[in-house]
Order: sequence, then C-alpha cells, then structure tokens
Amino acid sequence: MIEATGLTKHYGATKAVEDLSFTVSPGRVTGFLGPNGAGKSTTMRMILGLDRPTSGTVLIDGKNYLDLHRPLDRVGALLDAKWVHPNRSARAHLQWLARSNGIPDRRVDEVLDLVGLTRVAKRRAGGFSLGMSQRLGIAGTLLGDPDVLLFDEPVNGLDPEGILWIRQFMHRLADEGRTVFVSSHLLSEMAQTAQDLIVIGRGRLIAQTSTRQFIEDAAEDTVKVRSPQLDRLRELLAEHGRVSESATDAALVVHGVEASAIGELAARHGITLHELSPQLGSLEEAFMQLTKESVEYHAHD
Amino acid sequence: MTLLAVERIKLFTTRSPWWCMLLALFLTIGLTAVIAANWNNAPMPVLGAVYTHTFGLYVIMVMAALAVTTEYRFGTIKATFLAVPDRVSPLIAKAVVVALLAGLVGEAVGFGSWAASWLLADDNSQLALTTANDWRHVAGVGLVYAAGAVLALGVGALVRQTAGAVSIVLVFALVLESVVGLIPNIGDDIQKWMPFTVASKFIFGDPDASGMPDGAGPPVVGELSPWGSFGYFAAISLAVFIISLVVVKKRDA
Repeated sequence: MIEATGLTKHYGATKAVEDLSFTVSPGRVTGFLGPNGAGKSTTMRMILGLDRPTSGTVLIDGKNYLDLHRPLDRVGALLDAKWVHPNRSARAHLQWLARSNGIPDRRVDEVLDLVGLTRVAKRRAGGFSLGMSQRLGIAGTLLGDPDVLLFDEPVNGLDPEGILWIRQFMHRLADEGRTVFVSSHLLSEMAQTAQDLIVIGRGRLIAQTSTRQFIEDAAEDTVKVRSPQLDRLRELLAEHGRVSESATDAALVVHGVEASAIGELAARHGITLHELSPQLGSLEEAFMQLTKESVEYHAHD
Repeated sequence: MTLLAVERIKLFTTRSPWWCMLLALFLTIGLTAVIAANWNNAPMPVLGAVYTHTFGLYVIMVMAALAVTTEYRFGTIKATFLAVPDRVSPLIAKAVVVALLAGLVGEAVGFGSWAASWLLADDNSQLALTTANDWRHVAGVGLVYAAGAVLALGVGALVRQTAGAVSIVLVFALVLESVVGLIPNIGDDIQKWMPFTVASKFIFGDPDASGMPDGAGPPVVGELSPWGSFGYFAAISLAVFIISLVVVKKRDA
C-alpha cells in the first residue's frame, strides 16, 4: 500500500509535481501513466526518499521510506536498470545489495535463477543487453522478498519477448498479493499490464481509476460535431460536457454527452448541424486528448 | 558492520582501485629505487627514502575520489541510498574502508621505499630506523595517505563528478599550494597553513641531525610540530568529509 498526500516538488520555478494524492493498493498492478516529463520519475523518487518533497507526504504501509530499517525487505524498486557498475559482475552487484540489508548470499542465487540470469551471473554487467539489465534490476528488487514493488518504465526499449516476460512477471507478483506500481508513458502498454491506473499530466493528478473504467471513460462518449454556428454551439455544450477543438478540422469534440442529446440541444436552439458523429477513438488518442492541455502548457512554459 | 563488508565488496569488485594501488606502489618505490641506486656521495638518510611518497598520495586520493564519484556516475549511489536510506552510514563505512586501504598502501609505500633504499644505496648506514623520528618518516606515510583519502572522498561526494573531483584535488595539491607562496607579503604566511604543505611537515619535519648536512633534505615549512601538523591535516580532511555528509544528507540523490 502506497499513500501519497498532497505530494509537491518544485525545482526552482519548475513545478515538477503539484499537490498529488493517490493510493496504490496491494494485490493489483497499478499503472502510473503520464506523458514524458509529467513527473512520474520524480514522484517515484519521492516515494523512495531519494528526493525530498517540497511539501506533502508519501507513506509505504504507513511508514516514510526514510524510516524503514532494512528497506529491501519491504520495498523493491527498479528506477533505472543501468544503476550498476559496468565492470562489476551481476552476482557481485546483487551481493553487495543483499549484504547491505543482511540478506543471505543464497538468496542472490535464488533471484538470479528466478529471472533466468544464473548462466551469466559472473559476467560483467556492463556487457548486458537492455533486456538482461532489466532482469538484473528486477532480481535486485526481489532480494528481500518485498511486499511493495516499484518499476519506472520497465519495458522501455525492450523487445516484444522482454515486454511479455515483464508483464507476466508483474502479474505474478500482484497475484501473490504484493503492491505493484509501474510507470509508463504508453497507455497501450498499461492497458495490458495494469488493473488500476493513476494518470498524471504536468505533475497533477488527472485520474485515479481502474484501467477498464479509464478506457471506457476516455474512449466512449466522444462526439464530433460540425456546424456553421460553432461558437454558439460550443457555449451550449460546455454546460453539459467537456468540449475541445478537433485537431484536424473545424469541428468540436464533445466528451460525456450522447450524440442524441447534442442533436436535441441543437434543435432546441435552432442550430444547424453539418456533422454529428460518435467517435470510437483509439486508446492513445483518448489518452493524448486527456493529457493534451498539460503537455501543451508544459511545452509553452 | 555489514556496511563495511558492503563497501569492501563494492571497492574490490571493480578494477580501478587495483590499478590505483599498483600505480601508487610502483611510482613511489620505483622512483625511490632509482634515487637510491644513484645516491653515491653520502650516506642516504631516511628522509631520502620517503621523498617520493607524495606521488603515491595523489594517486591514492584519486582512488578515494573515484570510490564515490563512480557511484554517482553509474547510479549505484542511488541503489545504495535505497538500500540504506540514512545515507550517512554507508558513506562513513566507505570512508573507513577507503582510509584503511589507503593506510595499508601508505605503509607499503613507506616501508617498501625504505627497503628498496636499504638494498640499493651505496651507503645505508644512516637508513636504520633507530629513533621515533625515523619511524615517523617511514610509517607516517600510511597516516597521511589515510587522511588524504578521507579528504578526497569528501571532495568526491561534494562534487559527484570524477573529472571535477580529481581536478580539484590535484590542482589544489600540485598548483595552488605552491602558487599561493608567490603572493607578495602574505604568500608565505598562507602557504605554511595549506593542508598538503602541512602534511609534508609531518613526514619530513624534525629529522634527526646526524648524517644530515645543514639545509639538506626537502624544504619543510610550518608552525606546528610534526604530530601537530598531522592533526591539522587530519582535522581538515575530517571537516571536508563531514561537510560532504551534511550536503549528501540534504541534497536530492
């Protein structure tokens, strides 16, 4: 269980994370979704006590990470698979990690076996492929058999086989009752990996919901409307749902209002409609729609 | 003391410490051997045997700086702070391990150079370690290396980059301390309080007069006694290291 309350991080004038509150429950894979630069990594570093929040708190099973004694027994985190000395062997890397938390050497061999790296345990980690590095990183998170696991963009740059392996691995961890929190900027990936979603954009919470609900909300109820009286229509529709401009032509994209309701509304006010079409947008489009404002605003900053 | 074992594993499972230690031994003992083999008009004094220890000191300080800057370079410092979130204890453990190792290398340098001189000098009648001062000249090298390693570790933890930390340490020790002496009027007064200048007084200071021609040997400046000089150098090293601990604790990793 991870609970963030009003988590905020400012770097000078840059607001990386702003008043972020969420909870991550055990027994499920929770996706942490947002475009690049949305503050996902910063949030993860704050959860793990690497960065100090400007304000707000984040607790793991009711405790601040910095107050955990031998934290590897409670929390396993993989923020960057390249956090390994390239000239150190995979085994030596895990050995010092294990030793720091009083974990016996035999566990090192167990986790190497678990991720399938036993054969290359004595090879220097600098020569590992990205997929092997990810496996080594995951082995490190499992050393203390923790209840809470965090992964930052674990499938970035992996081949399909590696992605599948990691996805199944995370499901297994969640099925064992652990809290699994995994970040990504790809909704399509999260749709297949995560049961719950925490969506952020520009450091702020956009949604915390189940993945299924998020996809339904995001993908359904979008209606494209074209009309010669677009401005008038925009005002009227804004009272009923969320209205945004179509990216491709002079039209409105309406969220949360049925096509029939729009038609009736237009008829009541004598507005001519040239097009009224329910859209079955792709997931990525929906996600981009949802986080668009935040990304745009970020880019103009 | 598990953290000492952790830092020991970290240090010895990479290659650069081994190279640095070998280089330190080779530079000092090798150069001393050349000096000793060519020392033929007078009996060789103990000071002559440890004159080269400063070269090894710089190499060992590079090793100590690397011990922490490579952790920042490769991100293993973050893995360390995830494993031991208080941050201070792993750094103290690292300082203990690095200082012990530097001290051992220093003793090997001191006694190795002395032994090479004993074997190679034409006249080794003055090389016998008979007084406390003689022992300090030779065995003191280990103490200076240990303190220097802690200093370099502190600089490394503050700067976090290998190039930056190594330049600071080397430019300070090799350039700044001598250039300061060129400042008119106050230059000498500043120079005699510079840490590496003071540290060399601990090794070279107050030699036994016997067998030393007047004014011979390396120049030794400083207001403090040899042991006071070491105390001063060690205190500066410790101060820099403690500052680095405070900064690392406060800073985002």
